[in-house]
Amino acid sequence: MSSGIVLEARGLTRHFTGVLALSGVDLRLHAGEVHALMGQNGAGKSTLIKVLTGVYPPDAGTLQLDGQTISPSSPVAAQRLGISTVYQEVNLCPNLSVAENIFAGRYPRKGASGLWRIDGAAMRSRSRALLARLNLDIDVGRLLSSYSVAVQQMVAIARALSVQAKVLILDEPTSSLDEQEVERLFAVLRQLRAEGMAILFVTHFLEQMYAICDRITVLRNGERVGEYLKADLPAKALITAMVGRELSAAIGRDDRATDVAGPVLLEARGLGRRGQLNPVDVSLRAGEVVGVGGLLGSGRTELARLLFGLDHSDSGELHMSGERVRFDNPAQAIGRGLGMCPEERKHDGIVAELSVRENIALALQARTGIWPNLSYARQKEIAERFVKTLGIKVADIETPIALLSGGNQQKVVLARWLATEPRLLILDEPTRGIDVAAKQEIMNEILKLARGGLAVLFISSEMEEVVRVSDRIVVMRDRSKVGELPGNSSEQAVFHMIASEA
Amino acid sequence: MPKLPRHLLQHRLIWPIVTLVLLLAVNAAFNPGFWQLQWRDGHLYGSVIDILNRAAPLALVALGMTLVIATRGIDISVGAVVAISAAVAALMIGGELVVKEGVQTYVSRFPMGLALGAALLAAALCGLWNGLLVATAGMQPIIATLILMVAGRGVAQLLTGGQIITVYYAPFFFLGNGFLLGLPFAVFIAVAVWAALHLLMTRSALGLFIQTIGINPAAARLAGLRERLITVCVYVFCGLAAGVAGLVVSSNVKSADGNNAGMLMELDAILAVTLGGTALTGGRFSLAGSVLGALIIQTLTSTIYSIGVPPEINMVVKAAVVFVVMLLQSAEFRAAVRGFVLRPARSGAR
Repeated sequence: MSSGIVLEARGLTRHFTGVLALSGVDLRLHAGEVHALMGQNGAGKSTLIKVLTGVYPPDAGTLQLDGQTISPSSPVAAQRLGISTVYQEVNLCPNLSVAENIFAGRYPRKGASGLWRIDGAAMRSRSRALLARLNLDIDVGRLLSSYSVAVQQMVAIARALSVQAKVLILDEPTSSLDEQEVERLFAVLRQLRAEGMAILFVTHFLEQMYAICDRITVLRNGERVGEYLKADLPAKALITAMVGRELSAAIGRDDRATDVAGPVLLEARGLGRRGQLNPVDVSLRAGEVVGVGGLLGSGRTELARLLFGLDHSDSGELHMSGERVRFDNPAQAIGRGLGMCPEERKHDGIVAELSVRENIALALQARTGIWPNLSYARQKEIAERFVKTLGIKVADIETPIALLSGGNQQKVVLARWLATEPRLLILDEPTRGIDVAAKQEIMNEILKLARGGLAVLFISSEMEEVVRVSDRIVVMRDRSKVGELPGNSSEQAVFHMIASEA
Repeated sequence: MPKLPRHLLQHRLIWPIVTLVLLLAVNAAFNPGFWQLQWRDGHLYGSVIDILNRAAPLALVALGMTLVIATRGIDISVGAVVAISAAVAALMIGGELVVKEGVQTYVSRFPMGLALGAALLAAALCGLWNGLLVATAGMQPIIATLILMVAGRGVAQLLTGGQIITVYYAPFFFLGNGFLLGLPFAVFIAVAVWAALHLLMTRSALGLFIQTIGINPAAARLAGLRERLITVCVYVFCGLAAGVAGLVVSSNVKSADGNNAGMLMELDAILAVTLGGTALTGGRFSLAGSVLGALIIQTLTSTIYSIGVPPEINMVVKAAVVFVVMLLQSAEFRAAVRGFVLRPARSGAR
């Protein structure tokens, strides 16, 4: 072992059908350090991780683990060598129990008496022990799907810890966790770091990165910009390194004060659904961005689903432009000019095998109906227009959307709705898991549309973002609305309202 | 061997076509008269024409099945629907040869148009039942259609009273035995349904919608698709297609057998769809592929007869061929074979 470097990559290069995804990238992971891998969407972070974990072989370059050259041929091989990975999207089986997920593929067996039998009791007790390390006390015999995404993420981490790992790679593990859960995860990471593990941490949350990491490697366009100690790279310098140019100051709503709010477009009176959302009053005006502040599980998403007709309300009523309406399904809401970017992009948003063009044309075509269909030329025109205005990075609009990076997929879903020229757009976590620059581009576009008269309901876990872009903030807690704040309120004011007892 | 253009090799129908060509070649090798066509009484006769004619009902059922599979579903009741449609038509037509004023004429119990309409209506109702179970009751498609697969055959036997109903009505025989422009009429029916579907899928947005539902039903609903309605319609169409096939089958044998008509046809149809390159996981589908699949299955059947495979082992031979074809169609398997074949050469070169 030389100077505490556990894993060293030199000159990693990888092409994808002509596109250079990684170009001579170096990476050094030290024992007992948390190392951040930063970069925009499409900078090559995911590719680098996949090369490190044996998903793709590199076209050029070498990998050394403890000074030995290795070339893992699969994630399983990498794991055997001591490189464990938790992927961005939860990669587990929802139809298996928590314990089965943790030990899938390497179930503990019973000894000589029954070589072939799985030792269920041992599996469960070891699972409980692993999860206890993460301060998670759940029934490991229940199906994974019965737990929240946050818990599933913790289970994925427990799975990675269940093998004797020297290197732990975390690809955006916190994107679906709330603050407490992030803190819990960080406590675990600190403990692992103290035990001498080398941890590679990928995130888009700068604050979290600075809270936990010791060293930072920045990628841009498939190349390494540099390796820095945390202290040497303040946030501004980091963003400059990632983007390659100075970012204009975070945009906000400077027009907020002078904004003349339009007429009320959609109004919910006492809208609720038992067990999901206590009755709330919300109104949205044309040209207004209404932010929803609240923690995970506060009823934000449930509100969006009720407004959009995805779930049926069992109390209250909905009025649109003064007229009473009822949405039994999204099709009816869309017919009235609503649109919604869902929280779970992969599950509810993208149609993976269809092209970017088809994904963009989908909602407009759905509103038009089966006939007449949008001609190929028209679909192409629409798709190319949005690829340009939203800055979607894709060489060919016939590329299946699944091959795009997360931020670009999100832009395509946004484009799908913008193509319908909606009057009201519900955005549920539109910037989750995407990089700083793409976030800004998306927010810019939304604010521009709001100025043009679009009403926006903006849901985000990043309070700073909610505060920055909203004209009005609806604050939610425990499936209820606890109040409203004006748009120029501070984050503290929102948190204060969330925390105050009703 | 001359090099084929790369895009031709990557065409998604290349493997079904290669399979069909190979089977035809085997046929021709064992049966020198295989390609011979004869013109008799204004009709074309020959092995190839025979294959086309016999493949028509399967192609019809496979077309309906393709759309169902594209929505991530499956319909294993189509064989029973074939029997129901055949039974209804045979029962309502019945028919007898009577001599009226010295002239022999066929008389049907009900007008033939009404009988055919009733048979198709029954088939469409079967599809509706399946569709409602899947889309609104939320049953797993294989279970939902299993109900009708079992019950439907019972219904057909009930209709026919457990007997084979023989039809004596010449105009009805045209569907399965008639010729138009020298070719079997059933072929025209299958081609017409395929062409209509193809136009519907390419000239309307239905193809896009069905694929979207198959790939991601949640996203489809959120994007404003009436995914349940579309799913129900797809099952209704599948039932209708099976109904048409039932008419052709019963017309061809001039009778309806509630017990055996369309027996195991659902499995052949699923096989045809799969052979045609449509994945059972839904999404992208190929109508032309399914028609090719039906032709492959029928050609294989006649190959087995023409090369003189003893009847007691012909199921085994059929299974073996299907196994090999499916292996060839698997990209993973081809990659594995390629790796196995190429690896020594590569390491030797280094």
